[in-house]
Amino acid sequence: MANHEVNTGRRRFLTTSTAVVGAIGAGFAAVPFIGSFKPSARAQSAGAPVTVTIAKLDNEPNMRIIQVWRGKPVWIFKRTPEQLAALSALDPRLADPNSTNADQTPAFARNPDRTIKGKETIGVIVGICTHLGCSPTYFPEMVPQPFDPEWQGGFYCPCHQSRFDMAGRVFKGVPAPSNLAVPPYHYPDDNTIVIGVAPQGDA
Amino acid sequence: MNAVQRAVTGLTAWVNERTPGLMPAYRKHMTEYYAPKNFNLWYYFGSLAMLVLVNQIVTGIFLTMNFKPSAAEAFASVEYIMRDVYGGWIIRYMHTTGASLFFVVVYLHMFRAMLYGSYQKPRELVWILGMLIFLTLMAEAFMGYVLPWGQMSYWGAQVIINLFSTVPVIGTELTEWIRGDFLVSDATLNRFFALHVIALPLVILLLVVLHLGALHEVGSNNPEGVDIKKVKDENGKPKDGIAFHPYYTVKDLFGAGFFLIIAAFILFFIPEFGGLFLEYDNFIPADPLVTPQHIKPVWYFTPYYAMLRAIPSYFGTQIWGVMVMGGAVLILFGLPWFDRCKVKSIRYRPMLHKVLLGLFVISFVALGYLGMQSGSPTQTLVARILTVFYFAFFLTMPVWSAMGQTKAVPDRVPDHE
Repeated sequence: MANHEVNTGRRRFLTTSTAVVGAIGAGFAAVPFIGSFKPSARAQSAGAPVTVTIAKLDNEPNMRIIQVWRGKPVWIFKRTPEQLAALSALDPRLADPNSTNADQTPAFARNPDRTIKGKETIGVIVGICTHLGCSPTYFPEMVPQPFDPEWQGGFYCPCHQSRFDMAGRVFKGVPAPSNLAVPPYHYPDDNTIVIGVAPQGDA
Repeated sequence: MNAVQRAVTGLTAWVNERTPGLMPAYRKHMTEYYAPKNFNLWYYFGSLAMLVLVNQIVTGIFLTMNFKPSAAEAFASVEYIMRDVYGGWIIRYMHTTGASLFFVVVYLHMFRAMLYGSYQKPRELVWILGMLIFLTLMAEAFMGYVLPWGQMSYWGAQVIINLFSTVPVIGTELTEWIRGDFLVSDATLNRFFALHVIALPLVILLLVVLHLGALHEVGSNNPEGVDIKKVKDENGKPKDGIAFHPYYTVKDLFGAGFFLIIAAFILFFIPEFGGLFLEYDNFIPADPLVTPQHIKPVWYFTPYYAMLRAIPSYFGTQIWGVMVMGGAVLILFGLPWFDRCKVKSIRYRPMLHKVLLGLFVISFVALGYLGMQSGSPTQTLVARILTVFYFAFFLTMPVWSAMGQTKAVPDRVPDHE
């Protein structure tokens, strides 16, 4: 070693380049670890459509079918003419009466009853509260309730007292920010619903 | 010197030669760590927290030997531990009771710091590290509560994870990333198990070491808030200080004995503590389709839960409640900077400070109570008022803590009759 002078420029270059290479390496090394937290391929493939027969829906008053779709409960229930008639009267008390939020309401259900045209009596709604994911309780009777003296039937979330009407529309002043979601679904025939696929020609 | 003594002396010398830092470290933290001589009852809770931590680790290790971290088997494996494993029931109750008692002693430990101004300069870092332990402990407790896969485990996980869905833009992806699925499922349970039994305990242990290291650098505060390092004898030892070992190890052992008697009583007679330590709904296996009628977190989270519930959604998002709940914990980090009082201990502070601290404690306990209730309109209104007070207490502290006439703090720890 002839030259004992310290080459500070070279040192600085080595320090910086080592740090940069190390940081890039650490960044890439983190990818599989962070990625491993994402839903696995098996979890992603478990989202197929399901078929429900609704012939038994009239067996008893206020009956409701709870069908699992993508691990979530989907409610299928029939609404009486009185319950349907009461829906529009509730509009002033609701946060989004016209269901303008496309995240919860596909285009085919953007109507006062939030159903497919011609099937107004049958409600099909994902039974997961839009607040924090609890499953609200069904209170179909049009009688005063402890949480609402003017109750017209609907759903009440026991977790944080969010309330929804018989079309799954959220009331004002409750923690839930938006209406309950309507899933994509269609009727291949009068007594069958396929949940997971929207009616043809509709998103 | 007999053969045994010679062997011990020889071995000690052999070790000391190879790790010369060992004995000085022992002296620094034990026999020559001088703590103020006037510690009172409030000073038990730090060492008790360590005791509970050891209990959680030891009982936790034994529970993992029979617990199955899968959605199909978790609930049954916990019942198997309770019924068929020899001593399994008491090991599990030691773990569940320990979890609640952990929060009891940690809350009292934190209140002690507020009472005597222990977070004030120069102990800000001790307070911050303690807060980090508190935060990690909350995550640890939450994930542990999910593992038995009962109804409360499941729906509690559902609610808490969905708090993250309120984050704008990335909310949905973030919750899927946390759950590892589109809903709370086997993947969620399995990763919570990994985090609960290895990742977070390691973090907590590291933070405890740092917490104590930071404390031993600046020295302990005391009920008088007197700086004992101001008056030292000719050897540099504080005149009002006594060696941690043997004096405070003996005192803490006495406290530990008392504490264990209470713990044993709970363990043997009221392990569920009327549904507070173990909720009744958690003895029903998780059902993703049915939410329990009355869902609530375990008691130690209820003050924050009451705040979350009290905030309605605005502008189509309910992130405000989540921000308030998170803010209620995070605001505690700022305590050393909010407090502008020139004395530490409540004993030398004006009446105003005592009253406000008392009201703060009452509002915190009341919020805890409200968080367990179903939430009628009156209860929601009270929760809103108390939430405002909770934040006002801290945010206006820079003003009120500088007000009022403080008493003169003496140089030495005073004698009381």
